[in-house]
Amino acid sequence: MTGEQLLFLIVGAVTLLSGLMVVTSRNLIHAALWLVATLFGVAIVYTLLNAGFIAVVQVVVYIGAIAILFIFAVMLTRKEMRDQGAQANSNWWAGALVAAGTFAGLFFLLQGWSGFSKTAAAIPSGYDAIGQLGDALTSPAGYVLPFEVASVLLLAALVGAVYLAFNKK
Amino acid sequence: MIPLSWYLILAAALFSIGLYGVLARRNAVAILLGVELMLNAVNINLVAFWRYGDITQMAGQVFAIVVFAVAAAEVAVGLALVISVYRRRNTVVAEELDLLKW
Amino acid sequence: MNFWNDPLKVAADWLMGIFTGWGMNAVAAQVLVAFLGVLMLITILMVLDIFLVWIERKVVARFQDRIGPNRVGPFGLIQPFADIIKLIIKEDTTPADADKVVYNIAPLLSMMSVLILWAVVPLAPVILGVDLNAGILFIIAAGSIGTLSIIMAGWSSNNKFSVIGAFRQVAVMVSFEIPMLATLLIPTIFSGSMGMNAIIQGQSIWYVLLSPLAALIFLIAAIAELGRAPFDLAEGESELVSGYNIEYSGMKFGMFYAGELLHAFTFGGFWSILFFGGYRFFGLELVSPFLAIAVILFKAMVGYWVIMWVKYTMMRIRIDQMLAFNWKFLTPVAFVLVMVTALMNALLRGAPGWLFVSGMILSNIIVAWAALEIVRSVSKKERERIEGPKRVVEAHH
Repeated sequence: MTGEQLLFLIVGAVTLLSGLMVVTSRNLIHAALWLVATLFGVAIVYTLLNAGFIAVVQVVVYIGAIAILFIFAVMLTRKEMRDQGAQANSNWWAGALVAAGTFAGLFFLLQGWSGFSKTAAAIPSGYDAIGQLGDALTSPAGYVLPFEVASVLLLAALVGAVYLAFNKK
Repeated sequence: MIPLSWYLILAAALFSIGLYGVLARRNAVAILLGVELMLNAVNINLVAFWRYGDITQMAGQVFAIVVFAVAAAEVAVGLALVISVYRRRNTVVAEELDLLKW
Repeated sequence: MNFWNDPLKVAADWLMGIFTGWGMNAVAAQVLVAFLGVLMLITILMVLDIFLVWIERKVVARFQDRIGPNRVGPFGLIQPFADIIKLIIKEDTTPADADKVVYNIAPLLSMMSVLILWAVVPLAPVILGVDLNAGILFIIAAGSIGTLSIIMAGWSSNNKFSVIGAFRQVAVMVSFEIPMLATLLIPTIFSGSMGMNAIIQGQSIWYVLLSPLAALIFLIAAIAELGRAPFDLAEGESELVSGYNIEYSGMKFGMFYAGELLHAFTFGGFWSILFFGGYRFFGLELVSPFLAIAVILFKAMVGYWVIMWVKYTMMRIRIDQMLAFNWKFLTPVAFVLVMVTALMNALLRGAPGWLFVSGMILSNIIVAWAALEIVRSVSKKERERIEGPKRVVEAHH
């Protein structure tokens, strides 16, 4: 086992464990903090995949904005900060069954696929992933239209969120 | 060298955990937390397929970025809705929000 | 290659030789050498941090027409060590009903968010942690960890003042990240890279001369990110006592305090890297890497001094003023500046040097002037709306 594989196993285990804590922890602030741990784990997975830019963007967008927003929302939507009562609904066992079934189904499907255990080709030296990504996002031959649509979506979401959360007197 | 299967299994497991959170949680904010886990699982897959396919084709990373934008938009609108509902109904428990269920 | 040209590589090779000589696996030896390098950098930074306490206290004293610490050791140089001993032997209190784990992690995370920044700081052309190709985004990423530590500290203390302080600080940090990110794009446009080393190498002309407005906006956003005056309403002694770190005592408070000082120094360093040429100073950096380190530390110290200068001469502003200033003024100006700079860069790409520089400066001046004019006319209208139209006083004969 190489060091890279060992690192992946540790990071993967931590990511999945904190993911489990996100969906089971009683205190919602703790759930949001466990989400931060999960997101960090995913960022490290991106670095293992040689996608440094995506990893940094993951930290900026997910931890810097989304996780903070979650913590704010948790604090704003309860009168006292502690949680009372059951956190899972009465059909949680059915949910667990569906989730386990999804995992089993995905595993079964993937396992029959021919490219399942292929390994990555080495990255050619001097390969500039950020430059390539920038070109792909802005060139008409690439993905300029989806990129623009995504930015319009963000703007619409911004306006919508302000309108929804605005406290009309 | 890590085979592709490891990443795919990690993503599938994370997706299932998120799915469980969405199905089982009572609190609307916690349901959105589950959705975030699912979106992250999708992103792992996208970036893994970029790395293990032809790395000069940037589709995987581009779609990961689009997913970031969609996730940010989803969280902003979703949490604004939750806060707005909390102001009117004084609860964020999903099963108590049954005004349309007669 | 000798030690004086590339000290880091020579030292690393030497250590590698020793470790593999002991029969250690090559990969393990590499990890160990990297770990030792990180340990060395952190140790140097922490020692520097101790003297930053002394510098800050001396400088604030001069601004306030005092002498500052002068009893312990020559010029009070030993004073910070006395402070540290005091902090260590203080009672370490934890409030009842505090969330123990989160409460204890927060100061560590706060310190970590500052130290991690130095991973991408190039101290000399050959002395740097990692030349990340997304280096400048890394600043924002580390900043978001700092935001997280503050909200953790404020929430887990189980204290209303600390939660309010944390809310304010987080609102400020999250919103001032946007103009900062926009101004970070301007060195990227000029140098064509997001890596710190490439940005420094691209500065044959300091970028502050090409885009003074961007340097100014970055400084303002950095001060807000640091939570220093005039943006220190998260601490707001007169209203919140001490803000998010109110319940911390002893060395845990010391972590927040030391982290804040080092953070200010670090942002002085980033300011110099992005706009003042980093380790470059008329070819001095080519003579020896050690001279380059001296140059960048000096420039960082100057940037730190400017941040202190602002801190000790400005008064605190209210949170609504501050957020309005960001969203209605700083962010639009930063966005317009990025667009104008990108456009001018594309137009003047083939132009001779003097035309490029003067075009850039001119566009900066026009953007700044237009922004100020708009603000002036809007505030004039606002003033008239509140006070009524200005009455013309007729001359009496």
